[in-house]
Amino acid sequence: MIVFFYDKTFGGLLSALFDAYTLKRFPALLLGEGEIPPLHAQINHTVSSTEEKAERVFRAVRNKLDRAALKAVKYAWFSESTGSDTLIFRLLRKALESPRVLPLNYGDSDTRAIMRLSRQVSCEKEKMMGFLRFQETAQGIYCATMAPRYNILPLLIPHCRNRFSDQQWIIHDVPRGFGFYFTGETILPVTLEKSSLPGGRLDEALLTEKEKSFSALWKEYYKALAIKERSNPRLQRRCMPKRFWTYLPEKQG
Amino acid sequence: MTEATMNKLLILAAAAKYDVSCSSSGSSRSGRPGDLGSAAGWGICHSFADDGRCISLLKVLFSNVCRYDCAYCINRRSNDLPRASFTVNELVTLTLGFYRRNYIEGLFLSSAVVGSPDYTMEALVNVLRALRIRHRFRGYIHVKTIPGASRELIYQAGLYADRMSVNIEIPSEANLKRLAPEKDHSSVYRPMLFIRQGLEENREARKRFRHAPRFAPAGQSTQMIIGATNERDKDILRLSSHLYQGPALKRVYYSAFVPVNRYDSRLPALTVSPLARENRLYQADWLLRFYHFRADEIADDAHPDLELDIDPKLSWALRHPEFFPLDPHSADLGQLLRVPGLGLKSAERIIRSRNHCILTRETLAAMGVVMKRARYFLACPRSNFYTIHEAGPAFVRKALSGKKPPREHQFPLV
Repeated sequence: MIVFFYDKTFGGLLSALFDAYTLKRFPALLLGEGEIPPLHAQINHTVSSTEEKAERVFRAVRNKLDRAALKAVKYAWFSESTGSDTLIFRLLRKALESPRVLPLNYGDSDTRAIMRLSRQVSCEKEKMMGFLRFQETAQGIYCATMAPRYNILPLLIPHCRNRFSDQQWIIHDVPRGFGFYFTGETILPVTLEKSSLPGGRLDEALLTEKEKSFSALWKEYYKALAIKERSNPRLQRRCMPKRFWTYLPEKQG
Repeated sequence: MTEATMNKLLILAAAAKYDVSCSSSGSSRSGRPGDLGSAAGWGICHSFADDGRCISLLKVLFSNVCRYDCAYCINRRSNDLPRASFTVNELVTLTLGFYRRNYIEGLFLSSAVVGSPDYTMEALVNVLRALRIRHRFRGYIHVKTIPGASRELIYQAGLYADRMSVNIEIPSEANLKRLAPEKDHSSVYRPMLFIRQGLEENREARKRFRHAPRFAPAGQSTQMIIGATNERDKDILRLSSHLYQGPALKRVYYSAFVPVNRYDSRLPALTVSPLARENRLYQADWLLRFYHFRADEIADDAHPDLELDIDPKLSWALRHPEFFPLDPHSADLGQLLRVPGLGLKSAERIIRSRNHCILTRETLAAMGVVMKRARYFLACPRSNFYTIHEAGPAFVRKALSGKKPPREHQFPLV
């Protein structure tokens, strides 16, 4: 069994493809640097990731995958789930060896797995587009915290920038511990201190007075809108799983 | 935000909640630097209420002071309810405040008929104008057209709104006359046709002038109450299919009747709302819009109502065994869409993949085909399934409709 170690970046993954073709040996497993290889690993190669290699592989891959497949690869990468890198590696290899643009073949199990991952990430992103909640701070910055299942924050930024272009905002991914700040003109990486996020939500002392009245209005509106005769909590939880509730004002208190 | 606004919001949200439509789809508008808002073409749900319905738009009435007395409506004149009306500024502040916090996708504005239809419609147009022109709001707006409002006002509303709708409420005119003596169908169809004309003129105009203002880019929709009157499903579906073809509606919504005015003897005394029937009607509606079915194929004089224990597509397939079994390698899209257990996505996947591989039952299942239903209607290589001809429609119906009895988990002790 051949194992490659790489630095767990997308550039590193593309460099791994480059190295594989140079060595003419294709790994059955990709691992992060420092991870423990399985017992029967015969060849362990550590990929040196360079921008030049990644660039060359990406140029070749781009000609062999259509837009839908490229998007699926990107989304599957952001799933950060174990084994997704090996899957992407195999799919990209198939693409490179295909004589023309790789057709999206659902009969192929790697393609199916990538499309499935990509759909899960895309669903999570679309859910988060809806369930993200901004709170206005005293400085007039709209601040949102979230804990998505996949690393979808980078995918969410273009949407928020497009929609809330006339306000300053911060979106912070609590479990992954990073966020972005939109100054009104540019996007900057930012991290919020743990002390200002009791229970994952922004400290209430930082908010404006207006914020409290708006969230109270929203809560009451939410209650008033439900039709009692049609109550259906199972459907509600299916569409809006409980893991999102921590960050929704209408589900607080 | 004062206490008074809070009260108004509660009254007017509770008054609007029986309107089913809450979609924010069909209109795509990118944001503009410095302006607030955008519209995503597929619609975004921002929350789900306790009844499981999505909350996408801020759905409120402008006012619930109604001059009409319709039997099925909670806001009828003779009900003893707290009444309220928003001012333009209150509604604008609420909408923008909620939008900035990402609570909502936009505004769904409706109203009871205050004074005259034109007076009410003008008030709605004022709100839209304030949002779009004064605050340069680019989010989604759905506005209800007041039956009987004049053409000019409807046209103005269409220039600001993404979607417009006029509710039919009762599918047949005779029943509408009985339950709402002050209304008739022509007051509903006239604005519908105005909107359609506006849409068509706009389509022409935009062909010639790229920057011609858009008129209701997400089209129009309507709503019917199910179970308050004696219409059969075939009548309802025929009406829907006419509405999709004639005034070119984007959506027809079905709302299972909730008896809000129990004292009115013109209404049936229901103990539960016909939710299952509503669900089957939506399924049939999807068949009309996306699966190339005709209304008379789904329900006709021989089968005037949809079956509640199996879905309408399966019901059609059981009545037409001669159409099956189909070979997924050669059937065209129209044929594949008629197979129970196959949806738009899986049909498309089959077509994309079948040039590259053989579709066995395992491959089909992995692609997302519901083999539990599709197995009787597809001829797969190397599969040992009974087709509908071997098993017989009666067997298939029994296998697919009956719920299995719960399994015994332990033996009785004595």
